[in-house]
Amino acid sequence: MELSLWTYEGPPHVGAIRIANSMRGVHLLLHAPQGDSYADLLFTMIERDNHRPPVTYTTFQARDLGSDTAELVLNSIHAAVEKHKPQVLLVGDSCTAELIQDQPGSLATSCGLSVPVVPIEMLAYSRKENWGAGETFYSLVRGLLQSRVPAPGTEPAPRGGQPPSVNLLGPSSLGFRCRDDVREITQLLAQMGVRVNVCAPLNASPGDLLRLPDADANVCLYPEIAGPSCDWLQRNFKQPTIKTVPIGVGATREFLAEVAETLGIEYAPDATDSRLPWYSRSVDSTYLTGKRVFVFGDATHVVAAARIAHEELAFEVVGMGTYSREQARAVRTAATELGLKALISDDYLEVERVISELQPELVLGTQMERHIAKRLGVPCAVISTPAHVQDYPARYSPQMGFEGANVIFDSWVHPLMMGLEEHLLAMFRDDFEFNDSAQPSHLAAEGVAKRSENTAVNDSIHSEDADAAAELTWDLNAERELRKIPFFVRGKAKRNTEKFAADTGVSVINVNTLYEAKAHYSR
Amino acid sequence: MSEAVLASDGDRSPVVTVERGQRAVFCGLTSIVWLHRKIQDAFFLVVGSRTCAHLLQSAAGVMIFAEPRFATAILQDRDLAGMADCHEELDRVVEELLSRRPEIKTLFLVGSCPSEVIKLDLNNAAGRLQTRYDGRVRMVAYSGSGIETTFTQGEDKCLAELVAANSGRTDRESPALIIAGTLSDIVEDQFQRIFDDLGIGPIAFLPARSGDTMPIAGPHTRVLLAQPYLTETAQALKGQGAKLLNAPFPLGAEGTLLWLKAAADEFGVTDSLFNEVTAAPLARAKQAVGYQREKLRGKRIAFLPDSQLELPLARFLARECDMNVESITTPFHDPQIMASELTLFGDHPDMIEGGDLETRLDHVRQLRPDLTVCGMGIANPLEAEGLRSKWSIELIFSPIQGFDQAGDLAGLFSRPLSRAAQLEV
Repeated sequence: MELSLWTYEGPPHVGAIRIANSMRGVHLLLHAPQGDSYADLLFTMIERDNHRPPVTYTTFQARDLGSDTAELVLNSIHAAVEKHKPQVLLVGDSCTAELIQDQPGSLATSCGLSVPVVPIEMLAYSRKENWGAGETFYSLVRGLLQSRVPAPGTEPAPRGGQPPSVNLLGPSSLGFRCRDDVREITQLLAQMGVRVNVCAPLNASPGDLLRLPDADANVCLYPEIAGPSCDWLQRNFKQPTIKTVPIGVGATREFLAEVAETLGIEYAPDATDSRLPWYSRSVDSTYLTGKRVFVFGDATHVVAAARIAHEELAFEVVGMGTYSREQARAVRTAATELGLKALISDDYLEVERVISELQPELVLGTQMERHIAKRLGVPCAVISTPAHVQDYPARYSPQMGFEGANVIFDSWVHPLMMGLEEHLLAMFRDDFEFNDSAQPSHLAAEGVAKRSENTAVNDSIHSEDADAAAELTWDLNAERELRKIPFFVRGKAKRNTEKFAADTGVSVINVNTLYEAKAHYSR
Repeated sequence: MSEAVLASDGDRSPVVTVERGQRAVFCGLTSIVWLHRKIQDAFFLVVGSRTCAHLLQSAAGVMIFAEPRFATAILQDRDLAGMADCHEELDRVVEELLSRRPEIKTLFLVGSCPSEVIKLDLNNAAGRLQTRYDGRVRMVAYSGSGIETTFTQGEDKCLAELVAANSGRTDRESPALIIAGTLSDIVEDQFQRIFDDLGIGPIAFLPARSGDTMPIAGPHTRVLLAQPYLTETAQALKGQGAKLLNAPFPLGAEGTLLWLKAAADEFGVTDSLFNEVTAAPLARAKQAVGYQREKLRGKRIAFLPDSQLELPLARFLARECDMNVESITTPFHDPQIMASELTLFGDHPDMIEGGDLETRLDHVRQLRPDLTVCGMGIANPLEAEGLRSKWSIELIFSPIQGFDQAGDLAGLFSRPLSRAAQLEV
């Protein structure tokens, strides 16, 4: 058993629903009790979908368990096919149904349905949502294309005269900004003369999946979802996989170069493709230098975010990690390159503990980290799922491509103090308006709430260090000096000084202790 | 698949048709979302799957607190394959939890669909853990599983178990009146003042705000239900000798008045005192509802199954807001508990108990009512079809009972209609 307070990912069958809900003409028959229908609201409330996800829940109850739940499965299958007339029926279990072993997939394949059935095995007690989504998409791709795999040794037919084309694989319902990423990448590819053959699962039909082999290559946009499918297509249809995920200016340029190389076409980078480089070089951004950031989320977005933070905004990445054990390797590698050890954990409390220890000035994370950061009074931008309703914005706001880089610049820098403002704040620290509790003017609406949060942070710093503080006192001058340190690093300065004092056996901290500690820790 | 049963033997008794099929309702675990806010020194530990954990946080929405007082002990492959002893694992998880949360006084072990299917005996576990933590933490087990309970029934199971756990205790005085069913603190305080003014007391609320002060029913205790979904809790209280008062539920001016009157009559409160105490708040309530009635009069409304509040809400909207109730589906219908509501409502549409999702949605599409009360997952799809909706979870989380909330309650129904009328896009 695993004690879980908040979970980053849902169960694997929620991943299966994401795939069904991404596509057209696919219906999912889920053998599940009534409560599992809560999953509907993820789509209709968080993503604001205007339709129920295409799922039929068999809704078995305790009284059915003694009798024939298999009969219930068959009735539900026939009713769902009759009502929704899908082109493909996905059939699977949720966690409880897995225990009663009705094998709904086998029941569906052997009951003479007129529609193709793709059974899915969801392994509810060892796997999670993203795996479930990847596995379901893979089951669909393999299920529909297996009979068309060319015999071993067959060379792919030459595509004479056709413009080069790729498939965009991985964008899905409830993914992070997938809708806009697809538009952005499609546009960039079109500028190079590359056509998108099929984008899947988002907005694809089963018929579209049958056309996947027509493309020259597959773009693995979201490895969590598309990884297994891309590998299978590469093995069986000899389609190369384009693996660079185009998030950030550098990665987007590399992605386009990889596309060009894979397809044997020309690509000439354009230095004015994104505004991020200039915005980052403009003087106001000087104040972004060395901002301490903590990055957490799914592997794809974390690896990309860490690179952007380091190379494109000149932040200092002080910690990074992912909740996804399946994709941990990529995050570990990226962390090592930045001289860090990746945090691989789906324990929300552990992530919170690490963030409060590292005292970053900006958190880039999921909905969960947004709450942690809010509590700690640290600015935060959401970069990955799980996300909430505000992260499915009405406006066009991709993460991928050059426009994505512009969006990222704005949305990461916005929560921070503007450079000029930070400068003024330092200059007029003791001014009655520019003081600790004065909020950035562009965040005025949040001013009151933030102020109380800042107090809460100071309180928590006090209480956290209560044990140590019992033997330590600050003399009046030292305390005054501490107040002169900008508030966003004051907590850290206080902790460091007290630790230094405790380590060196000082019981009354004076101004000298403060600066000795500063020197000690600045090594 | 339908079977018609008579709901009661009164003259205008409606036909209640049981309809089986696909449901779109929450399971009983969801009630933890409000129960844990109410019982402030309790922790709810669901023994279940990742689905249970995900459901709780999805239903709780943005209500992410520093460290919530609920969690899930997620069953894993090794628990199911018998490689780990589930009871030993549970003991370990409880120890981990209680060492981190020493302030917890009551620990609820909450059964789920998977724990029920593998027949993990949580009552047994609670007994064992009670021995270990005796004097420090009280252990209570109940089931919130979706194969047995829907949504609000989880609270019923929880309260029934709390009542049963107090069985035979004599260390505290039994109250004269128990108000059963979770109410907002502000509503409790209002009712407390009214009962004080009526000279009825001592009264106690179930659940109490602390696990230690749950009321113990005795032979002189009277019970008023504040929520309609408490079938098993009412039985358990009756089993301890308490008398259940028949009354409609305290929704709207009229419902609240009759609910208080049932207690006043039982405790021999004179009419003059009753009128004196209730006159002012009753007038306020009628005035507040009156404003909304102008917007709701003649509008057609349908109820999809959700909380068991469907019938009392329909009665309020029909009688006090002049709405036309065209269709009622409720997840579970208890004719005894609803007896006063049925009498008061009089001529109303036949009801469906349970309901098949696709059939009910098609019925709503055919009716095209002005407003449909439904679960959160269905609201936006209905809106997209041009059907105004009221998501019913708000009716559980908002203070809606009592005189001074009657206007707010009506407002929850008029707001979607006003909004639709105002929007030009």
